[in-house]
Amino acid sequence: MITTIYVTVAALTVIGLLIAVVLYFVAKKFKVEEDERIDRIEAVLPGANCGGCGSAGCRDFAQRLVKAPEIGALFCPVGGNDVMKKVAEVLGQDAVEQAPKLAVVRCNGTCDNRQKTNYYDGVQSCKVKAALYTGDTGCKYGCLGCGDCVAACKFGAISMDPATGLPVVDESKCTGCGSCAATCPKGLIEMRSKGLKGRRVTVICVNKDKGAVARKACLAACIGCGKCEKVCQFGAIKVENNLAYIDWNLCKLCTKCVSECPTGAIHKFNFPAPKPVEQPVEQVENKEVLL
Amino acid sequence: MKKTFKIGGTHPKDSKLSSEIAIESFPPVPRVCISMAQHLGAPATPIVAKGDKVVVGQVIGEPAGFISGFVHSSVSGTVADVLPMADLAGNMVPHVVIDVEGDEWDPAIDRTDKIVTESSGTPEQLIAKIKAAGIVGMGGATFPTHVKLAPPKDKKAEYLILNGAECEPFVTADDRIMREKPVQIVIGARIMMRALSVEKCFIAIEENKPAAIAAMTKAAGSYVGIEVLKMKKKYPQGGEKQLIDAITSRQVPSGALPIDTGCVVQNVATALAVYEAVQKNKPLFERVMTVTGNCLQNRKNYKVRIGTPLKDILAAVGGAPVEGNMKYISGGPMMGKAIVNLDATTQKGSSCLLMLTEEETLRKPESNCIRCGKCAEACPMGLEPWLLNKLARVGDRYDDLEQNNIADCIECGCCLYTCPANIPLLDIIRVNKAEVMKIIRARQAK
Ligand code: SF4
Ligand code: SF4
Ligand code: SF4
Ligand code: SF4
Repeated sequence: MITTIYVTVAALTVIGLLIAVVLYFVAKKFKVEEDERIDRIEAVLPGANCGGCGSAGCRDFAQRLVKAPEIGALFCPVGGNDVMKKVAEVLGQDAVEQAPKLAVVRCNGTCDNRQKTNYYDGVQSCKVKAALYTGDTGCKYGCLGCGDCVAACKFGAISMDPATGLPVVDESKCTGCGSCAATCPKGLIEMRSKGLKGRRVTVICVNKDKGAVARKACLAACIGCGKCEKVCQFGAIKVENNLAYIDWNLCKLCTKCVSECPTGAIHKFNFPAPKPVEQPVEQVENKEVLL
Repeated sequence: MKKTFKIGGTHPKDSKLSSEIAIESFPPVPRVCISMAQHLGAPATPIVAKGDKVVVGQVIGEPAGFISGFVHSSVSGTVADVLPMADLAGNMVPHVVIDVEGDEWDPAIDRTDKIVTESSGTPEQLIAKIKAAGIVGMGGATFPTHVKLAPPKDKKAEYLILNGAECEPFVTADDRIMREKPVQIVIGARIMMRALSVEKCFIAIEENKPAAIAAMTKAAGSYVGIEVLKMKKKYPQGGEKQLIDAITSRQVPSGALPIDTGCVVQNVATALAVYEAVQKNKPLFERVMTVTGNCLQNRKNYKVRIGTPLKDILAAVGGAPVEGNMKYISGGPMMGKAIVNLDATTQKGSSCLLMLTEEETLRKPESNCIRCGKCAEACPMGLEPWLLNKLARVGDRYDDLEQNNIADCIECGCCLYTCPANIPLLDIIRVNKAEVMKIIRARQAK
């Protein structure tokens, strides 16, 4: 009995050793030479695997970087310029700086601004809702409010504001990866430049209907009147298809258009508040909602 | 013997509340808005302008592509505008708005009640006539009939199947026309048989319509090659693929078309429209539509002109039947579409205006899948809805979804109807099916 056990143990040990030797030589012979820079780049990347760079994950991105003749437009929005500088060092190239980006929800159709025209009790998913019909308000461009963008954000930077029914982006958490923008079936989230000191001027509306129709659907809609286009001295605003759009490369942050807009569709962010004495309480509240 | 399809299916409550109500002509309305997108495919191009005078049956929209169709005026009067208007889901579609003046018909239309049995013409002539009359599948899919009647050269039709199953609960429009116009429907079927050069036609009617079965059997009796079949009551008996399976025991392979099995399926209402077009020169500008609901007292089977605003129909039956939130549905409760815009108008595919109360439509809270397998048992396409739902919700698993044949889903809703966990299976499957179809099309285009 006991000899059987000895024999078995010995036999298995011998087989194990033999296979180990074979495997050792096979591994030597067929070793895949991988560029060691891939590991080094992966080490500097944030490791969020969010796909914001357009790759399947951080390692995939590192492989693409190593393979590409130059960095060019390859960019990790989460790591930003700092990480890209380190990546460039590894690759021995010059870093290509990009303006840091931020998700901007271009809809201000709050419950007050935009009346409900029907009641949706289907699946709480913007994708499903958008496939069924134009939505539960008169505006067929605006936010559907089921929060697909919230679910898409891997950094917890978007939340639904129960008071407005609209998603709110937390600027400190948003890494600019663009997942939410890619998810929104209405395409109303835009990745915009963070701007100097975080200051930005943006048209918070994507309604392309004619003025009267847009206005009837939502009090805060851009009606395409063109006043902002006229007042802007830097040619940063273009009105196309009844909708104004501000080019952030041209915008000099003079904020003239903000007060010019009859519907208040243009919002400014992170500008120092005017002197507190003149500041009515209401506006402060408003500003918080918009941020 | 009662025939039925082999796999899946479910038994929603019949609710054919309006089956004993005779068809009644809907009174004229002051203004109609006729959609240019009443068929599957490209919307028609409007060929009238503001201020033009039109008569009943006059062409106002021309096809814009191979899969498209003619649209005719359903009234006489003056064109008030040609503009995009919201359809019943709120999407903007080009419409022709006509202010009604009198009721002057195109003189070519035979308005008498006389049944014209004799017909002549080659298949090509017949198909041309059907195309010119703007006929589409009237069961709801609105596929242009002339395209279906002219299969590609390498495919040969063997059978014509007339779909009188009307398996959707509540809807009784087809039931009524089969009882009131059986002879005309049979003549329509004969015309389509000639257009397709087939010798055999089956008319499939579910067993819950005995009067229609009797009337159609009598009307078909004098013709060889036309056979009325009594079908078991089971939803979705009227599905194209289900009917073919039930009658011929042939299955349409995944990704193939019904014609690959040698069958062409047409709705009975389409057959009636074909009769009227070929024998009476009357284009498709009116149809029978059921107005019903448990909450509605004044139920109707109306013959309505295309382009009649839904709110006018609602007003005619006495307005919203109950206080509070209501759900209006165009079509039946299983596959119909909820109406968000009652200013929208009737179309060639509008078989029913169904009214449901809030209690009847409320969704119960969703819970976790208990793997009971009821959905897979109910699916007439042999899919596994629970798996598709799971894969879809993980996200980005379109390859797996395709391999599990999501593209075969006919959107019948059996799975959702059966699920004890109230999982919105079809809602999830539908959007992901669309996504997978997009991927397949992109691959084929390459
Ligand atoms: S922004 Fe887009 S994804 Fe987010 S809740 Fe609104 S519609 Fe949905
Ligand atoms: S001023 Fe306001 S409403 Fe007018 S075009 Fe500019 S953003 Fe739109
Ligand atoms: S809706 Fe689709 S998956 Fe569900 S039972 Fe019908 S065919 Fe099957
Ligand atoms: S019927 Fe519902 S609970 Fe049962 S297996 Fe299907 S999805 Fe799961």
